[in-house]
Amino acid sequence: MAITKADIQSQANSSIHSGLRAEDVTIQYDQRVISKNLSIEIPDRSFTVIIGPNACGKSTLLRTLSNLIKPTVGHILLDGKKISKYKSKEVAKRLGLLPQSSTAPDGITVANLVAHGRYPYQNLIQQWTESDEQAVVTALKLTNTTDLANRYVDELSGGQRQRVWVAMLLAQQTPLLLLDEPTTYLDIAHQIDLLELFKDLNEQGNTLVAVLHDLNHAARYATHLIAMKAGKVIAQGNPSDIVTEELIEEVFGLQCKVIDDPVTHTPLIVPLGRDRSK
Amino acid sequence: MDRIDFGRKYIHLKGPVKLRLDVRSMSVTAIFLAAVLALGLFSLMVGTLKLSIVEVFSAFSGELTGLKRTVVIDWRLPRVIAAIVFGAGLAISGAIFQSITRNPLGSPDILGFTSGSYTGALVVMLVIKSMSFTTIAFGSLIGGFATAIIIYLFAFRNGTQGFRLIIVGIAISTVLGSINSMLLLQSKAEVALTAGAWGVGSLNGIDWYHVLPGILLVLVLLILAVIMNRPLREMELGKDASKSHGVHFERTQFLLILIAVALTAVATAIMGPVTFVALAAPQIALRFTNTAESLAPTAAVGAFVLLSADVLAQRMIPGMILPVGVLTLSLGGLYLVWLLFHQARSTV
Repeated sequence: MAITKADIQSQANSSIHSGLRAEDVTIQYDQRVISKNLSIEIPDRSFTVIIGPNACGKSTLLRTLSNLIKPTVGHILLDGKKISKYKSKEVAKRLGLLPQSSTAPDGITVANLVAHGRYPYQNLIQQWTESDEQAVVTALKLTNTTDLANRYVDELSGGQRQRVWVAMLLAQQTPLLLLDEPTTYLDIAHQIDLLELFKDLNEQGNTLVAVLHDLNHAARYATHLIAMKAGKVIAQGNPSDIVTEELIEEVFGLQCKVIDDPVTHTPLIVPLGRDRSK
Repeated sequence: MDRIDFGRKYIHLKGPVKLRLDVRSMSVTAIFLAAVLALGLFSLMVGTLKLSIVEVFSAFSGELTGLKRTVVIDWRLPRVIAAIVFGAGLAISGAIFQSITRNPLGSPDILGFTSGSYTGALVVMLVIKSMSFTTIAFGSLIGGFATAIIIYLFAFRNGTQGFRLIIVGIAISTVLGSINSMLLLQSKAEVALTAGAWGVGSLNGIDWYHVLPGILLVLVLLILAVIMNRPLREMELGKDASKSHGVHFERTQFLLILIAVALTAVATAIMGPVTFVALAAPQIALRFTNTAESLAPTAAVGAFVLLSADVLAQRMIPGMILPVGVLTLSLGGLYLVWLLFHQARSTV
C-alpha cells in the first residue's frame, strides 16, 4: 500500500501552534544539576535535532520539554502557557514522545499496541471511536506496519518493533513529536526510511525534536540543530551555518573534516581518527 | 474506510458507550460465569440436607419456607456468594499487582500482605485476647494495610520497580512468617489451635451478618478497579510512555495499589489467608484469553477457582468439611513449583 500525500496530511495537525520553549530552566536529576539557566526555543514547524556527547543532558532536556521531568527553576512553555498548567491529557494531544525504551504488555498484537496511542482521546464512555480507528489505520500505513497489524509484538524483530513504537506515537496525532534516539535499533535502510518519514511529517507542518547520535543524519535532516555539551547549548541554527570542524572538536573532542554532502549539499562530517590527526 | 486487522475478533459497540469488546475474553468470561452459576446452584442443593433444584428456586421465590429456606438462604447462600465475590476480589488484586510488577510472581500472597493480615489477626487473638469475629477482622485489616505501607516505603523509593517490590515483599513475608510462628508458640495450646486454624483460611460457619459488609466493600472495590483498568493497562507501556499519554503515573499507581491491597485485606479479614487465587487466577485467565486487556475473565476465573475449591473442600472427604485454604494452599504450592520451573526454563 503506497503512502499518499493525503495520509501524511491527515497525520499533520498543523492548525495548532506548537510554540515549545524552555525559559531559564534548571534541571536536576537525582540531586545532580544537569543544566542550569537553560533557555531554548524550538522553532515552530522545524525539524530540530539535538546533538552532543553522551551524558551531556540532551535526553534529560527532551524529557523536560515533554513534561516528564519538572525543572526545579524556570518553566516550559507550550503555546504561550506553562506546560504544568495544562491537563495531562491536553498535553498528550499536543505533544507526543518516543521514549528511549518502552515495554509492550504481555500478549499484545501490533494494532492493539498502536491503539494505545489513542489514550489521550478516550474516556470511560468513549473507549473506541471511528477517529481512533482512522488514526491507527493511518499510523500503520505511514510506518509501513499494516502487514504486521495482526502479529504479536513479542514475535517481531527489533527493527519492526521500533517502527511499531513510532506508529503508536503517530496514532497520538500530535503536532509536536519528540523523539529520543528513534533510529537506535535500526539498520541503515530502516534508519533512512524513518528519517524520511519524519522529514515528510515535518514538511506537512509537524514540529519535530529529535535526539540523534549520528551527526551526518543530524546535519542532513535537521532544519535547526542544537549542539549541547555539559548541559549547555554551545551552538544552534541551521546545520549549514553552524557545523564546522571547530564546533565538532569543541563539542565532541573529535578532530574531523567537514565536507559538502554530494547528495544533499549539507555538511558531512568525516572523522580523522588518531593517526591522521596532527 | 480501511479496517484494521487487530489479530483478534472484536465486537464494536457504537451506542452511547463506544468501545470494542474482545470476543475471546467475553466468551471465556461467559463460560466461567456459567460454570460458577452451575456450581453455585449445586452447592445450594447438596449437604446434610439434600434439596432438589426446584426446592432451591422456590426458596428464592419465597414459596418454600421453614428450615429448608433457612438452609438455602441463610446458611448456604452467604457461603456461595462470599466464595464468588472474594474469589473475584483476590483475583483482581493479583492481576493489579502482577501488572504493576510486570511479573507473574507479583501477587499479594507472595508479597507478604496476606502474612501481614494474619499477623494482625494473631495479635488480636493472642495478645489482645479477643476471639470476636469483628475485632479479628479489624486486626487483620490493620495488619494487611500496615504491611502494605512498610513494603511501599521500602520498595517505592525513586519510583517503582517491579522486581524490587517482589524481593522486599518476600523478605517482609518471611519476617512476618516467623513473627506469626513466634506468636503461636508463645500462647496456650487451645488458643493457638484456634488461631492456627484461622491462618488456613476458611468459609466455614459464615453467615450474612458477618460477611455482608465485606462483600459490599469488595464489590465497590471491584467497580473502582474496572474504572482504573485503562490507566493500569497504559502503565504497562512503561513510565515514560504512559506519562506521555497523559497518565498521572505516581498518583494512579498509588490508587491502584490501594485498591489491590484493600481487596486482599478485606477478603482475608473475613476468610483468613486464602492463597493461590490471587497468584494463579490472572495467569489462568491469560492462558485462556491470551490477553490481559480486560479484567472480566480474571474475575470470573477467580470466582470459579475459589467456589470450586470450597465445594471440593466440603465434599472431598465424606463427613468432614475442610477449610478451603488447605485446598488452595496445596494447589498453590504445586502451581508455584510449576511457575518457577517454567520461568527458569524460559529465561535460560
